[in-house]
Amino acid sequence: MASTKEYGSETDDETASTFSLTEEDHTLGNALRYILNKDPRVAFVGYSIPHPSEERVNLRLQTTGPLARDVLKDALQDMMALNDHVRVKFEKAVEDYKAVEGMREMSVGVSGSGRLFLVIIV
Amino acid sequence: MKDRPSVVDLPDLPKGELPAHLELQRTRVVCAADAPSYTESIQYSGAYMAYGVDNSLRLDDFKKNFKVEVKYIKDDDMEFDMIGIDAALANAFRRILIAEVPTMAIEKVYIANNTSVIQDEVLAHRLGMVPIKADPRHFEYKTDDENANEKNTIVFKLNVVCTRKGDRVNNASVKSDQLIWLPEGSEMPFDTKTKFTAFGISQDKLPEFTSDSIRSRYPDITLAKLRPGQAIELECHAIKGIGKVHAKWSPVATARYRMLPEVVLTDDVQDEVAEELVSRCPVNVFDIEDLGQGKKGVKVARPRDCTLCRECVRGEEWEKRVSLRRLKEHFIFTIESTGALPPNVLFTEAIKILVDKCQRILNELT
Repeated sequence: MASTKEYGSETDDETASTFSLTEEDHTLGNALRYILNKDPRVAFVGYSIPHPSEERVNLRLQTTGPLARDVLKDALQDMMALNDHVRVKFEKAVEDYKAVEGMREMSVGVSGSGRLFLVIIV
Repeated sequence: MKDRPSVVDLPDLPKGELPAHLELQRTRVVCAADAPSYTESIQYSGAYMAYGVDNSLRLDDFKKNFKVEVKYIKDDDMEFDMIGIDAALANAFRRILIAEVPTMAIEKVYIANNTSVIQDEVLAHRLGMVPIKADPRHFEYKTDDENANEKNTIVFKLNVVCTRKGDRVNNASVKSDQLIWLPEGSEMPFDTKTKFTAFGISQDKLPEFTSDSIRSRYPDITLAKLRPGQAIELECHAIKGIGKVHAKWSPVATARYRMLPEVVLTDDVQDEVAEELVSRCPVNVFDIEDLGQGKKGVKVARPRDCTLCRECVRGEEWEKRVSLRRLKEHFIFTIESTGALPPNVLFTEAIKILVDKCQRILNELT
């Protein structure tokens, strides 16, 4: 069963924690590390996969003050917003492309039938 | 504290922009003759603090700079440019496309008869690889303890007998279009009332499959070869799965990206040298340009075609004339679908899966 555990938060210092994410790999680990590194509140972030045959990512996060848990939550939210934007832009680009292609096919169709018309008159 | 000036406020420090050499290192991979350099992206938000440049990620900036340009979409493959995004995310999309977007694939094969030379297990493995034209979004995952029903299983039968007719041999090779979809579910075992599947409703009565019947994406995949007298009789059960578990569920032949090449002439290249540069490039990136007065120059006409073979920067004097680079935040993304879903749908599905991953962890943290 997939789970996320936070280690280190039971001590006094809640600005530094290790999050253990199961059933995840480099796909999320690296993307999350990138987003967190870009956050000015983060003092350190890194991730490791302790053993290749175990589906687990350990994400170490140390902040400059706010709770590590909150910073991670913000990063996840940022990534979701970012992905949604990519999706919207991509769908729009595909739609535009298909509209232009559709126009091109239509104009080819018209000129084709025009030629046919000429032949009949002759 | 107020009266103490901050370092970034000092007048002699450049503010708000990076010096040209750092900007080059930040945005480009420089491919010299010996090795590429500045290959990683600068991720730390405070990396350029001393220059008063904020390297953090702001959603508004991202939205302003991010662009997608579709180059082509065909039935099964597409190419598009993704500009203004880091490799960490582009790579996440690519990895998800290969390993985590679900499709339907044959998982169980019940063999009633197989007298062909191809062994049962090899035949079953071949059947597993056959791409199936069925939208996986209409199906659910089947767990081991769950019964096969119309929501989680697709059943095909294959019943072929090879015969000799005069000097012709019928069914000498078994092709994938001979797999027959059984929308009512399994017909096996033949001698009992209880079958391997328990379909509540015939799948061809479901609105999503009435117009587009389920079949192999390609009609002409050779599954086995037979000689007269040999026969195959079997039933295949296809279920939903992901490429991480077995590559047969991967929805793409490949999903790949490359960074946009940039070719810059750093010196005046003229006449014979220009001719040599044009002939050096095996993919024809450069064109001869007429400078007037009988002089010939060179222009970078097709930088997108550059494979970064580095033939044009080989040799000491050439390294000074040409600079080869790749843009770190400009990805040429290519998706080749195996046919279950169109490539553009696969990409949007991949993004949704990444969002779901974030949501899952967010839920578990609260």
